[in-house]
Amino acid sequence: MPSFAAIPDRVQPVSPEDAERLANVRPGDWRRPKPLSVYQLVVIGAGPAGLVAARAAAALGAHVALIERHQLGGDCLNDGCIPSKSLIRTGRLLADMRDATNFGAVPPAERVFDFRAAMLRMRRITARISRTDSAMNLAREGIHVFFGTARFTSASTVDVDGMPLCFKKALIATGSRSMLPDVPGLAEAGFLTNETVFDLQVLPKSLLVIGGGPLGCELAQVFARFGSRTLISHREPLFLPLEERDAAQMVSDALARDGVEIHLNSTATKVWMEGDQRVVELVNDGNTATTRVDHILTGIGRVPAVQGLNLEAAGVAYDAANGVHVDDFLRTSNPRIFAAGDVCLQHRYTNAAEASARIVVRNALFLGRRRMSALTIPWCTYTDPEVAHVGLYVKQARQRRIPVKTFTIPMHDVDRAIADSEENGFVKIHVREGSDKILGATIVARHAGEMINSVSLAMVAGIGLRALANVVQAYPTQGAAIKQAADACVRTRLTPTLFKLARWWLLR
Amino acid sequence: MNAQSFRAADVGGRAFIAQLDLQMLDRLQRSAFDYFPRHSNARTGLVADTSRPNAPASIAVVGFALSAYPVAVERGWIARDDAVQRSLTTLRFFAGSDQSGALVSTGCHGFYFHFLDVETGLRAWQSELSSIDTALLIVGMLTAAAYFNNATPGESELRRLANLLYDRVDWHWAQPENGDDAVALGWKPESGFLNYGWQGYNEALLLYALGMGSKTHPLTAASFEAWTVTYQWENLYGIDFLYAGPLFVHQFSHAWIDFRGIRDAFMREKNCDYFENSRRAVQVQRQYAIRNPRGFTGYGQDCWGLSAGDGPSVEPQTVAGRRQTFYGYAARGVPWGPDDGTINGACAVASLVFAPEIAGPALRRMVGKAGPGTDVQTGVQTDGQAGSQAARCVHASGFNDSAGANAAGDGTSGARTSWISEGESGLDQGMIVLMIENFRSGLLWRLTRGIPCLRAGLKRAGFVGGWL
Repeated sequence: MPSFAAIPDRVQPVSPEDAERLANVRPGDWRRPKPLSVYQLVVIGAGPAGLVAARAAAALGAHVALIERHQLGGDCLNDGCIPSKSLIRTGRLLADMRDATNFGAVPPAERVFDFRAAMLRMRRITARISRTDSAMNLAREGIHVFFGTARFTSASTVDVDGMPLCFKKALIATGSRSMLPDVPGLAEAGFLTNETVFDLQVLPKSLLVIGGGPLGCELAQVFARFGSRTLISHREPLFLPLEERDAAQMVSDALARDGVEIHLNSTATKVWMEGDQRVVELVNDGNTATTRVDHILTGIGRVPAVQGLNLEAAGVAYDAANGVHVDDFLRTSNPRIFAAGDVCLQHRYTNAAEASARIVVRNALFLGRRRMSALTIPWCTYTDPEVAHVGLYVKQARQRRIPVKTFTIPMHDVDRAIADSEENGFVKIHVREGSDKILGATIVARHAGEMINSVSLAMVAGIGLRALANVVQAYPTQGAAIKQAADACVRTRLTPTLFKLARWWLLR
Repeated sequence: MNAQSFRAADVGGRAFIAQLDLQMLDRLQRSAFDYFPRHSNARTGLVADTSRPNAPASIAVVGFALSAYPVAVERGWIARDDAVQRSLTTLRFFAGSDQSGALVSTGCHGFYFHFLDVETGLRAWQSELSSIDTALLIVGMLTAAAYFNNATPGESELRRLANLLYDRVDWHWAQPENGDDAVALGWKPESGFLNYGWQGYNEALLLYALGMGSKTHPLTAASFEAWTVTYQWENLYGIDFLYAGPLFVHQFSHAWIDFRGIRDAFMREKNCDYFENSRRAVQVQRQYAIRNPRGFTGYGQDCWGLSAGDGPSVEPQTVAGRRQTFYGYAARGVPWGPDDGTINGACAVASLVFAPEIAGPALRRMVGKAGPGTDVQTGVQTDGQAGSQAARCVHASGFNDSAGANAAGDGTSGARTSWISEGESGLDQGMIVLMIENFRSGLLWRLTRGIPCLRAGLKRAGFVGGWL
């Protein structure tokens, strides 16, 4: 059974901004509503999935109870996307300052970075975003918000710290938690996860990041740009093991450019304290090395939060690794209970969580037959350059014996990217050979996250790559790279035969 | 591109020979060949990886040496007996070597450690037991056996040993349990199979051809497909091709195997073949150099070729407004890099056979280049050494016109001198000898077309058509 991080008991605000956020997401003086005799929908977990479901159901007139054990907004608002993207923006500014002379600007003689100010900005942002998802706002929308721990007591009842709630339908949206590496000495020495790293008051002089997935890469780059001596240790030969190799290689190159000390094919085998510092033993290909750091941050993946819900009592099948078992309609083994988000999905992203929540509301309350597998879900790792993807990877297509061809446009061939000096990256669009049906795309670019959305749109709307060439785009933009791929696709249609025909016609 | 077009390239190539300075090619080939007798050990027959002092032997370079001796005999550079003796020395050494797989041994399971001490033949540099480098060694042995086909005692023993050593390789052992049928690149006694680089498209095409054809310990039928599942067929700079960044990937296997007209399932699907693909890879390299996105000195339509090799290890410098780091020895590639302005001459020479109209001018330009210490703009030797060392940069592992120190030594502006790597790499010299030979006479291809296990291996991997 993989072990996961316990929820920190973080109800003491670290700043006024934090106090505002807490007042929104976990008000200390919250008065528990008087429960109705039955709810059309009980939602367990108020992360992105739970909030979307609760709001959508309530807006349509259902009586909704929303149960949250910790803080409204879940990981995304409090420990994940929002805090990290805020700091990533600061990191990008610092990197641009480093390259200022290229642009004709003179960077300050001495680089000064105010960590506290950067963290304050981050807290101000999370506080602001927390306003729309506050307990008060939710209550105003007619949702009964309960703070406490939920446990199923039967196939149609759930208990919140002793208070029973009856439901017609229920949604399990408890999310996921950081998986802990099994390294002797790590727990004793103390370490950071995404749940605690954003509480740092002082910039660590040195930091070892264990785990080279999206979270590890994003935060390693951020802290390196902030000025920490940063190391990253990853078990595989390349970062972002789920991404295609060229994209992962570009991230590796970017981290190296930012001064991150990279240890690939590397496993941490032992940790102990020496004074204030943590000493870590890293093994690579049989060679052992030790390194001393002030802090360790772990990001080796997430496990679904299925503990403590007493799912057995409700007849809901689950396992520790994959979470709650659901069919393509997101229904569990109990026909009255559904699941959404990280607790049941393979792709643990906010957008997938929200999309799955919408499906659940339709399917659970309105006899809907929406399938999760019918969705096209893009995702993005927000390193610099960003890595975004949608649809199939080439390897997946080849494994399924689908003949696939990729149209590759390096960003160094894109006029605006050259003008912006943001050339590291590419647009790769994969089509089914012999047609222009878009199977998937990977984009590596400063703004890959923005760019991937137009490919996603084309796929959902059934627009092929050739047809995209007919869409006139604003120029010069980095997004025009997608049109360049489309133009390349059109050009391959000009077979020698067609060319002869065209020439005969023109010169007749 | 179809069957007609590659044949056209072939014909064009022959016409191009007439224009190319055949004497220059011969000189290049000869001086590349001289590397092997100069750097081989009399007792073991092992050949040094580079001309640097105390360099260990590389088993891949030994494979190139064994393949280069037949070329030298044909060209009259060494006597047949001399070549047979050298080859026999090498084969006898490997046949009798320590195959225990101990921390300090020569190999195990029929494979050998990548680097060996030239004198003792024991593992050097804590190197890995290398499947790909063993394949390069073995194909060299088989090539020698195919050429030395007289009934003399020496040549008979040579053939016997080559086949024995081929049969001894346990290719199947190199397919680890958890590896989805692909072949591991390497293994270390300290830590087991290496955890990277198992899948295509890389230089292991030759390895699969050899391993699939073994009668004693063949690779499984599923191994080739497992290797090709990560193939990337891309339209890049308007050119459709099977992608690999460094040019040597597209060339190593072709030093021995004639891929013209023979097609596996993948190439049938794409209506192409690996030879034509390598031709397109040259075009892609040239397009990249023409674009020269990183603004390096010298890049252009006649100066290209990013591959594995030495580069400068100097401090970062400002190049085209950017802070540029230099990577030393690295597998440079197109279009994603790493690119620090270093060109590898050997891969441009090897490109002759695929795209003579592109490689010829590039080769001429490289040969005309003066030696290290020459001012890049004016061509004047500034380091006090008299005369230029023509063709140094063809034989060197890498040359770089953007990294050299300037006259004032501050490396940021002003006239630069060109950097050329010291010494030579055995792999590069081997490619120069073999690929020029294939261009001139097709000797290596002719020899390997007649090797039964290679034919069998290619067929088992699904290749059909052409000379198969």
